[in-house]
Amino acid sequence: MSSLSLTDKLAILADAAKYDASCASSGGKKRDSRDGKGLGSTSGGMGICHAYAPDGRCISLLKLLLTNSCIFDCHYCINRASSNVRRARFTAAEVVKLTLDFYRRNCIEGLFLSSGIIHSPDYTMEQIVEVARALREDHDFRGYIHLKTIPDADPALVEAAGRHADRVSINVELPTVSGLRRLAPDKSQDRIEGAMGAMRGAIADGHDAKRRYRSAPDFAPAGQSTQMIVGADAATDREIVARASTLYDRFDLRRVYYSAFSPIPDASAVLPLRRPPLMREHRLYQSDWLLRYYGFSPQEVGAAADPATGMLPLDIDPKLAWALRFRESFPVDLNRAPRELLLRIPGLGVRAVDAILSARRLRQLRLEDVARMTVSLRKLRPFIVTADWRPLALTDRSDLRALLAPKPAQLELFAA
Amino acid sequence: MHRICLDAFDDVEGWRTHARRLAQAGVPPEAVLWQVGDAPGDLFGGEPQALPPATGRPLTVPKPFITLAEQALLHSDPQRFALLYALLVKIAANPALLGDHADPLLRRVESMASTVRRDIHKMHAFLRFREVQEGGVEEERRPRFIAWYEPEHYILRANASFFVDRFAAMRWSILTPQGTLHWDGETLTEGPPARREEAPKGDPVEAAWQTYYSAIFNPARLMTGAMLKEMPRKYWKNMPETALVPGMIADARRRELAMVAQAPQAPRITRHTLPQDPAAALRLLREEAAGCRRCGLCGPATQTVFGEGPADAGIMVVGEQPGDQEDRAGRPFIGPAGALFDRALAQAGVPRDRLYVTNAVKHFKFEQRGKQRLHARPNVGEIDACRWWLDQERAILRPRLVIAMGKTALRALTGQNLSIGREAGQEIMLADGTPCRLTVHPSHLLRLPSQAEAEQGFERYVADLRGGLAGLEEPLRS
Repeated sequence: MSSLSLTDKLAILADAAKYDASCASSGGKKRDSRDGKGLGSTSGGMGICHAYAPDGRCISLLKLLLTNSCIFDCHYCINRASSNVRRARFTAAEVVKLTLDFYRRNCIEGLFLSSGIIHSPDYTMEQIVEVARALREDHDFRGYIHLKTIPDADPALVEAAGRHADRVSINVELPTVSGLRRLAPDKSQDRIEGAMGAMRGAIADGHDAKRRYRSAPDFAPAGQSTQMIVGADAATDREIVARASTLYDRFDLRRVYYSAFSPIPDASAVLPLRRPPLMREHRLYQSDWLLRYYGFSPQEVGAAADPATGMLPLDIDPKLAWALRFRESFPVDLNRAPRELLLRIPGLGVRAVDAILSARRLRQLRLEDVARMTVSLRKLRPFIVTADWRPLALTDRSDLRALLAPKPAQLELFAA
Repeated sequence: MHRICLDAFDDVEGWRTHARRLAQAGVPPEAVLWQVGDAPGDLFGGEPQALPPATGRPLTVPKPFITLAEQALLHSDPQRFALLYALLVKIAANPALLGDHADPLLRRVESMASTVRRDIHKMHAFLRFREVQEGGVEEERRPRFIAWYEPEHYILRANASFFVDRFAAMRWSILTPQGTLHWDGETLTEGPPARREEAPKGDPVEAAWQTYYSAIFNPARLMTGAMLKEMPRKYWKNMPETALVPGMIADARRRELAMVAQAPQAPRITRHTLPQDPAAALRLLREEAAGCRRCGLCGPATQTVFGEGPADAGIMVVGEQPGDQEDRAGRPFIGPAGALFDRALAQAGVPRDRLYVTNAVKHFKFEQRGKQRLHARPNVGEIDACRWWLDQERAILRPRLVIAMGKTALRALTGQNLSIGREAGQEIMLADGTPCRLTVHPSHLLRLPSQAEAEQGFERYVADLRGGLAGLEEPLRS
């Protein structure tokens, strides 16, 4: 293993890290190095994606595993103990050097560091924390750091991780307990959720201290997130949405990421490979948006799913699916309806809704006005009323779905 | 006609000063000609007209207008100064209009501002520095980071503070066709427009960055459209990693298919290795299915009735759903239909323990009539919900032949409503290429009204099974 060059290790350990969906550098605290000391800045708001890979994913952080050796044998994971994949291990100094080199060239916003479990959870967590400590303390690095924390690690180590990192995360891995038992028997939902609960407490304490003493140290100012794999266990979309919503509530998460289970080299026989359900993943993200920004309850999103199979339709988005199921809620009068109802209209985003609310104080909205504030009037028409438009029978037409759904040919790309 | 000469393409301050005076003087937008530099712009503009005396009228606009103007004025549209002045006059007369997002002029300015914000953001993202060593003498050599970038709008100066905030301890230069910025660690200086040739050609770290870029890409989730939406080709020429993109795309499908096609290798044995052969996979799947809640049938039913048989069976038989006895015992095909199935297999000369026998729907659906539980046909939703399990069983077993008994099995295997009827005995090809032999469900034979029909049906059923298995004599004996 020692014969591997730094580039070899980079190739292996970036490859090993790519199944983590998150690469976000958003949220948290605004920092800069205007004082001429240190390196880096964070916006405190929107992150920056420095490149995009042909898989459409944003590259914001240098996403690495410290090592891809692991004592766990989770069947969905390329790094599981029984996999024949090449193994490598970075030293803390090597990760620090790569991070700084890429950062100085403006290739990244910072580092996302995770690791396979070696020896013990404590030992592994210590190594992860050491990289973050060296970046922050030895090099005065002020860019973004996201650390994966390991359930069962010593609370003192988790505390240290939170002090250095902007964001911390623990993956719930699979939406169902039965799926976790089949595919990741070394992990337990209780331990994962216990760690997330402890993290929630630590973050809340950090905020509390900060409110009272300005000098209190930051603790994971960008909060915690998690990820679940979609399509590897038997969970339906309705179950996944309900689970995500519970996680948001219980652990005060910033984000729940979905990762469509995708083929890995040297897969386990326990988990047969197939094309990743990318469209399904996309629909779940859309439903996540409905929960977080559109005032939908998880039950309402669940009602958009097929009643028998519990799956969201793939050919239309969940908001349109909901509207087609609850047609009695439409049409909505754009000149009168409250914000909550406007947000229910398929084809209207949060920004368009705010523009409509603001504009209608000054004028009676007509179709041409709406056209200027939205993307596609064609999709909106059946669901809205304006000063010069009323859909009449359109909302009740049985072929409305066919009128609004995209042509099937466009879906081929994503067919599972 | 008033001709206003601004100092630079991004002279926001100049515009503010002039716009304020013009507006205070009540000059209408159509009477102002805006230009950058003092070359005569409009031949028909005539002699510049002196400004009317200032009225001293206060001019106030809402703060968001200033922000909007500061952004929109950096747009490359030559109309921007005039448009913003027209909007200023409108807003000064009625500040509430700033909320009228349906107004065409405001909409246009807002969209310009949003384009500029995006361009600013993309420069933060896609600009790349290359390191060079400066200074002649060894001990005086110090690194300088130099970037070549081509912004679409006049955003260079507006972006200076971002790079100073981030890289204040470094010495850097940003070269663009609009001008240059130089930071020496303390002060920012501006220079004339530069050419690409003046920027360094490469940097040794770029090879490592390219390694990272190709390794972090997942070929199984190729989505070029999503990439191009956020990173359009116009940015590519100044980013070292994008040269790799065409090769990565071309190779992606092959890599994905290779991963899927690769038969599971022998697991690396460590003391942590868990069992992962097909038999273990089926056992684990059965355990997970025991708690299935994918549809409503789990409620009234006693238990999940999963498939049964060796993991290397090679032949998979799919029925409809468990019946009353199967539901109580938790095993498939042990009731009256199962007995018939066994009899037919015996006649066809096939030992049942060489087959993997399962059902399309894994829970018993019934109607309670007094003490009796009468079989009820599963609906399409239930079949589709349960299909997940059948697909997993198929993926683990990779059978050489599937035998579909009845309409429900066929629906679960093909996703289509086809009836067996006259097609019994035929063979079709499933989507993944597996041959599938069609026959009736044995319970169909139990319902036939006359003895003669039942016997005839049974003979045909045996023939269907035997026909399906004929080509597979070899593996069955092995």
